Amino acid sequence: MKVLVSSQGRTLDAPLDPRFGRASCFLLVDTETLDYSVVENTQNLHLPQGAGIQAGKTAAAAGAEAVLTGHCGPKAFDVLQAAGITVVVGASGRVIDAVQHYKNGRLKKAASPNVEGHWV
Amino acid sequence: MILSVASGKGGTGKTTVSVNLAATAPMPVRLLDCDVEEPNAHLFIQTEEVRRSPKKVFIPKVDAEKCTLCGQCEAICRFSALVTIGQKLLTFPEMCHACLGCLRICPEGAILHGERLLGEVIQAKWGRHELIWGELRVGEAMSPPLIEAVQGAAVADRPLILDAPPGTSCPMIAAVRDSDFILLVTEPTPFGLNDLRLAVDTARHLSIPCGIVLNRAEPGNTLIQEYARKESIPLLMEIPYRRSYAEAYSRGERLTDKDPELKKAFEQLWRDLEKKLHSLSERRLP
Amino acid sequence: MKELVLLSGKGGTGKTSLTAAFAHILSSRILVDADVDAANLHLITPHSVEIEEPFSGGILPVLNPENCTDCGLCREVCAFLAIADTHPPRIDPVRCEGCGVCAAFCPSKAIRLEPRISGVWFHSRTEKGPLLHARLGIAEENSGKLVTLLRKRARALAEKEPCPVILVDGPPGIGCPVIASMTGADLVLMVTEPTLSGRHDMLRLADLCTKMGIPACITLNKWDLNPEMTESMGREAAARGLFLLSPIPFDPEVARAMTLGKSLTEVSTGPASQAIRRIWREVEDLLGGTIPASHAMKPFPMTEGKAEDSCF
Repeated sequence: MKVLVSSQGRTLDAPLDPRFGRASCFLLVDTETLDYSVVENTQNLHLPQGAGIQAGKTAAAAGAEAVLTGHCGPKAFDVLQAAGITVVVGASGRVIDAVQHYKNGRLKKAASPNVEGHWV
Repeated sequence: MILSVASGKGGTGKTTVSVNLAATAPMPVRLLDCDVEEPNAHLFIQTEEVRRSPKKVFIPKVDAEKCTLCGQCEAICRFSALVTIGQKLLTFPEMCHACLGCLRICPEGAILHGERLLGEVIQAKWGRHELIWGELRVGEAMSPPLIEAVQGAAVADRPLILDAPPGTSCPMIAAVRDSDFILLVTEPTPFGLNDLRLAVDTARHLSIPCGIVLNRAEPGNTLIQEYARKESIPLLMEIPYRRSYAEAYSRGERLTDKDPELKKAFEQLWRDLEKKLHSLSERRLP
Repeated sequence: MKELVLLSGKGGTGKTSLTAAFAHILSSRILVDADVDAANLHLITPHSVEIEEPFSGGILPVLNPENCTDCGLCREVCAFLAIADTHPPRIDPVRCEGCGVCAAFCPSKAIRLEPRISGVWFHSRTEKGPLLHARLGIAEENSGKLVTLLRKRARALAEKEPCPVILVDGPPGIGCPVIASMTGADLVLMVTEPTLSGRHDMLRLADLCTKMGIPACITLNKWDLNPEMTESMGREAAARGLFLLSPIPFDPEVARAMTLGKSLTEVSTGPASQAIRRIWREVEDLLGGTIPASHAMKPFPMTEGKAEDSCF
């Protein structure tokens, strides 16, 4: 399956970015082959707010089935849920570690957002 | 006549000045506390509550039956309050600025009028005067529409005294922009002077005449007097720095009730203001 | 890295004086002046500006009179009454909310949307670390967004060069810029005064902290102006889950330091200065997480220390 991981860098060795909406970038990783591609977290800079919402749309457009990140606010959570994407929060370490942990069942699906919405 | 009491910096004595000014008014006045984030004037006034009315603003409500997911509402909304995702149109009411763009653009009539509570407007009687204030709901970010609701609740059949929120950005502008005169309250410190400058620039930007009330004045400290002279802004009143004033304030007491001299000073301020406003209105005639 | 935000609800209670004193006590810190409406921290923090950049918050519609047919539709669709009834229409930037609806509906495409420059922000150098501050233009909006920008910069700097703490001098109120100052912070320090208004505003701010899920602690400034109120406010604060810090006594040295343009701890060793040093140690404990879960950190107000520091 394809998972989208918030990342601070552009390789599987990069540290995971705990932020979802304001993540440096995303890696779309195939959990079987570990093939991956970089998905830019392009925010529409002319929009004054709603980074989490935009990132949620990015995840849906990339065709991710699950999102692995550190924190996810309520708005991003709503968007991901509406898109039928599994949300996993509390992931840390390197991107590759998060993917392995998820495969091994050590990271569980979140039932609700785990941080308050970030303002603006 | 609309008289605003404002300052760039918080805690300089806006509420003290507005409340005491209203209390010493020679005619019935209406005091509007426009600091809806932290309204305080009512703490210094024995009031009889007349009416409490909720202030709501528009938020989009989606009729899923009619929605074709065309995405036009999402495209027009600059505040990310509507998002189409999969087979759904999601709304984020707390992002909405109530511009009504979605409602107007929707070709299917699928966006309906929803409501979000901003806060409450409270009207109260206070002897021959009236006090109106707003209370922003905790967690709500958008104060200007509530400030406008406070102003909207007031009829201009008598002088309005407007206690403005601190600062020089949207909430303060929303409060003072229709005033005839702005009283700028400051204190003789570098912070006070810095923020007074910003407030004076704001008044000039809005082309509203202003005067200064110096609070916590200390003998020998002429920081504000020098600035006022240089900028040719009238220094209308000085309230001396006394610990007893600070103590009375902490108990919610009005200074003019405690100190007859200060009461006289406020009465004099009224006479000066009336003269000023009179000459202003004459100047405005063709 | 920990982020501490100083707030008060009511203005003028001593946020900036306390921030400047903390900044002086610490050997390394990043400072953020989040009161972009009336920034003051730079006035008592020796600094040199290294980067100055314009801040664009939102958009401003600009009308091209050549294309305008004066149909009036823009005026009709503007929910903020920002388009004056003139011919051709004139857009009032003070009232404009930046929603862009006028441009979207204009049938002759006579309105284009341009970035709105609403202020400048600065990266300055101080002896013990960077200071991020800003100046919002007059009658400008989006102060919340500007605050977010400053805090984001501060966090980025803290990631590059390890720094124990970011001190954020917050704005007054409980609205947009305050919410922007506190989201995601580690701890809120409420600086308030034992007055009826101080109490009223403290309760509203405490509710906001609860709502945002941010732990908060509180100190009462000039507590001896009203010892009874200090005590009852302390009880109320504790009941709302706030950590109680040492109170600060009324001390003319505070005004003297401000007039000199210096931080209190730099020019005075008087009672207020001592209280602030004590408060910093308490805050450090809270940030380090060494405080027991109980809110009753210590009796309130402080009964230890000098006799004149106590109201009992």
